[in-house]
Amino acid sequence: MSNLAWIFVSTLLVSNFTLAMFLGLCPFFGVTAKIGTAWRLGVANTFVMLLTALSAWTLNTYVLTQVPFLRTIAFIVVIASGVQIVEMAIKKFSPVLFRQLGIFLPLITTNCAILGLALFQTARQYTLAESIVFALGGGMGLTLALSLMASIRERMDVADVPVVARGMGLVLVVASVLSMAFMGFAGMGSAP
Amino acid sequence: MSAPRPSGLVITASPHVRSQDSTPVIMWNVVGTLVPVIAAAAWFFGISALLVIGSAAIGALITERVFGRGDSLADGSAVITGLLLGLTLPAGMPLWMAALGGAFGIGFGKIVWGGLGQNVFNPALVGRAFLQAAFPVAITTWPTGGGSFWTLRGDLFALPFMHPVTDAITAATPLGLLKFEGQGTDLTRLVIGNTGGSLGETAAVIILACGAYLAFRGYLNWRIPISIFLTVAALSTVIHLVDAQRPDALFMLFSGGLMLGAVYMATDMVTSPVTNRGRWVFGAGVGVLVVVIRLWGGLPEGVMYAILFMNALVPFINRATQPRVFGSARKGAA
Repeated sequence: MSNLAWIFVSTLLVSNFTLAMFLGLCPFFGVTAKIGTAWRLGVANTFVMLLTALSAWTLNTYVLTQVPFLRTIAFIVVIASGVQIVEMAIKKFSPVLFRQLGIFLPLITTNCAILGLALFQTARQYTLAESIVFALGGGMGLTLALSLMASIRERMDVADVPVVARGMGLVLVVASVLSMAFMGFAGMGSAP
Repeated sequence: MSAPRPSGLVITASPHVRSQDSTPVIMWNVVGTLVPVIAAAAWFFGISALLVIGSAAIGALITERVFGRGDSLADGSAVITGLLLGLTLPAGMPLWMAALGGAFGIGFGKIVWGGLGQNVFNPALVGRAFLQAAFPVAITTWPTGGGSFWTLRGDLFALPFMHPVTDAITAATPLGLLKFEGQGTDLTRLVIGNTGGSLGETAAVIILACGAYLAFRGYLNWRIPISIFLTVAALSTVIHLVDAQRPDALFMLFSGGLMLGAVYMATDMVTSPVTNRGRWVFGAGVGVLVVVIRLWGGLPEGVMYAILFMNALVPFINRATQPRVFGSARKGAA
């Protein structure tokens, strides 16, 4: 139990996919202009991560035992089909969000955080329960990072930013400072 | 705009009651209260303290002068950033690093955001986080206090990219002692400040007195430090009761940079919430994070990271604690 809790906290904060391991930066910079869009994309990502974790575990346990060299390809196929399902669901149930997310929705497929999740959970040989908690923590960590960035960017919209830093320049600065703030969690759990 | 009327009455638009306080007045008052804190640092660490704090301030001021808009130097906020950054550094910090930290704090913590009032993160802490990431060894080498006033502690005049040439006599901080050696520190020494540590970590009583003055004048909001102190005290008392190995509340309150952080950094008007409820939440968040990072993190001290993290949450907190507009319907009321 404490192991599960530890995996959750670790992926949520200590080794946050976006702010500590620098995975999934594409939506982090691309879809964080508005907070509503940002956290919805985070939720969509979390869902895809859960799907991926489940199927990656199943593949690892039952299918890929004889052919481990097919792992990366199999994961990519699984992620791509998972994203297709999410895309169809969002298009059906929330056309507005579908339009807001635009190209970034199919781009979840190429979100390295998700492939990273599947590969990490394989390398660390997580059990089913651990994989699901891992995906949940990772997804919520991504959502947290996206929402933090979006709330700061919404505040930046009313600030009188110097011309040189306007737009993506300042966003990169924000990302670096956020990432430095997350360094405080580094090493957590390893201490006595 | 006023329009004199025949009867002698003057009609003006609101506001009618004006405060004498302006940004420069507040900022220079804060600078004034920092003087005793710096004097205490100089008392404990001698000339080295003044050199380190001075270079951090100079780095901040030059950056503000070169890149700031108009006469933004005069509002005093860059001085505060520089002095506060200096106070968070150890006495043996090479001076060029201190100056670089000040420049980074002002440049990337404030100027690129559009100057005073627009930044999300506390500039002094941005500078310190940068130094901690760039020079992890130099910033955790704490020279001992005491001795002659003129003793140069550590490698103050080192040049960039040079190996250190002089060795300093160092002492572990109370938090470091506790974390890595399991040793406690006498409470009286903690309160007076006669311990190893960063320059401004040591004078708890003086910082509290200056904070009380600022709070009395209304230049800092008392809710934030009080809520940080209460949270840290309550949490660490509970943890101490469960596991007596863990430090008690008084140790947690008076060790490390908690006093300086709670009084001077968390209360920064720009980077703290604007609602009173939000301020309580903000302080409580800082308190929880400080305890968590100190007790379970890999680092001995977490005040800086706690405040930076909560700074990032401030836009959220402001949004969540927005007061109801007077006369509008309550949420959930039909």
